[in-house]
Amino acid sequence: MSGAGAALFAAVFLACAVEAVEATTIVLAAGTTRDWRSALTGVAAGLVVLAVVVAALGPALSTIPLGPLRLVVGGLLLVFGLQWLRKAILRASGYKALHDEAAIYLREVEAAKQADRRPRHGVRDWYAFTLSFKGTVLEGLEVAFIALTFGTNQHDVPLAAVAAVSAIVVVAAVGVAVRAPLARVPENTMKFVVGVMLTSFGMFWGAEGAGAHWPHSDAALLVLAPATLLFGLATTAVLRAQRNRSLGAPAAALGLATGPSLRHGDATARRTSEEVTR
Amino acid sequence: MIARLKAFGAFWYDFVVGDDWRIAAGVVAMLAVTWGVSHTSVPSWWLLPAAIGTVLPISLWRAARASG
Repeated sequence: MSGAGAALFAAVFLACAVEAVEATTIVLAAGTTRDWRSALTGVAAGLVVLAVVVAALGPALSTIPLGPLRLVVGGLLLVFGLQWLRKAILRASGYKALHDEAAIYLREVEAAKQADRRPRHGVRDWYAFTLSFKGTVLEGLEVAFIALTFGTNQHDVPLAAVAAVSAIVVVAAVGVAVRAPLARVPENTMKFVVGVMLTSFGMFWGAEGAGAHWPHSDAALLVLAPATLLFGLATTAVLRAQRNRSLGAPAAALGLATGPSLRHGDATARRTSEEVTR
Repeated sequence: MIARLKAFGAFWYDFVVGDDWRIAAGVVAMLAVTWGVSHTSVPSWWLLPAAIGTVLPISLWRAARASG
């Protein structure tokens, strides 16, 4: 596998794994508290919808000339990547609550317990079905787009598909084995890495699509990705230092929630916790 | 029906644009500038990285300030 192929595989695998972890949490909540058959039927229906989207979008993408394709896809990947990176930096610097699969699982379980159990359209538990269906489609849509665009741009859709399917199989197998939210997966770190990769590829393809010529052609990616990573880490460090200063450095360094400013920080974390599931 | 259309639009806005529209607007603007400059003799590859090095910290600074 070439360097570009390895980068393609890693980017698609990581992005897919992150979204698969989130979807697994939702399906586990629906299955364990409601009805496994309905939950798994929802997953199957969601996968069918995603397959239809991919089947429709894939051939359409391959008919677009490479220049305009790279401009549009590069721009979209750049927007996605920057949003992922922005969230990851805010989480890593403490300005946004960390993504907590265990907390999300408990919230979904609580909501699932309170909903009515009704059969509909031949499905035993409609709530479990729709919860799993929505989880699969919503989490899968972005991944389908990433896998398709990466694959089309690198002229290797099969490799992107293998990476996506591998990630889903690995995460689903672990989810089935532990029958619990995958809280130990370093999801926030993975999102940071995916944000860096999407931003780097987005910059590269977007600029090429707009007519720019990178110095040393494809090799420019080998500088672009590490530079984006360093920039993200440096920005995180600056924001974290700024937050520690605003909270009171000694208490923050010890992790003591004693001062009024820290209590304010906790309130901020609670306020932002609703955004965590996004 | 209107509510469903609004929800559909909100979903796609959230899916594509996300939390900060300024980032999406900055990317579109800088792609347009890159396209324009690439039709001259001036190298244009550095414009997008430079724009991201500006837009992302501004967006982060605004988010940090808003969360107190």
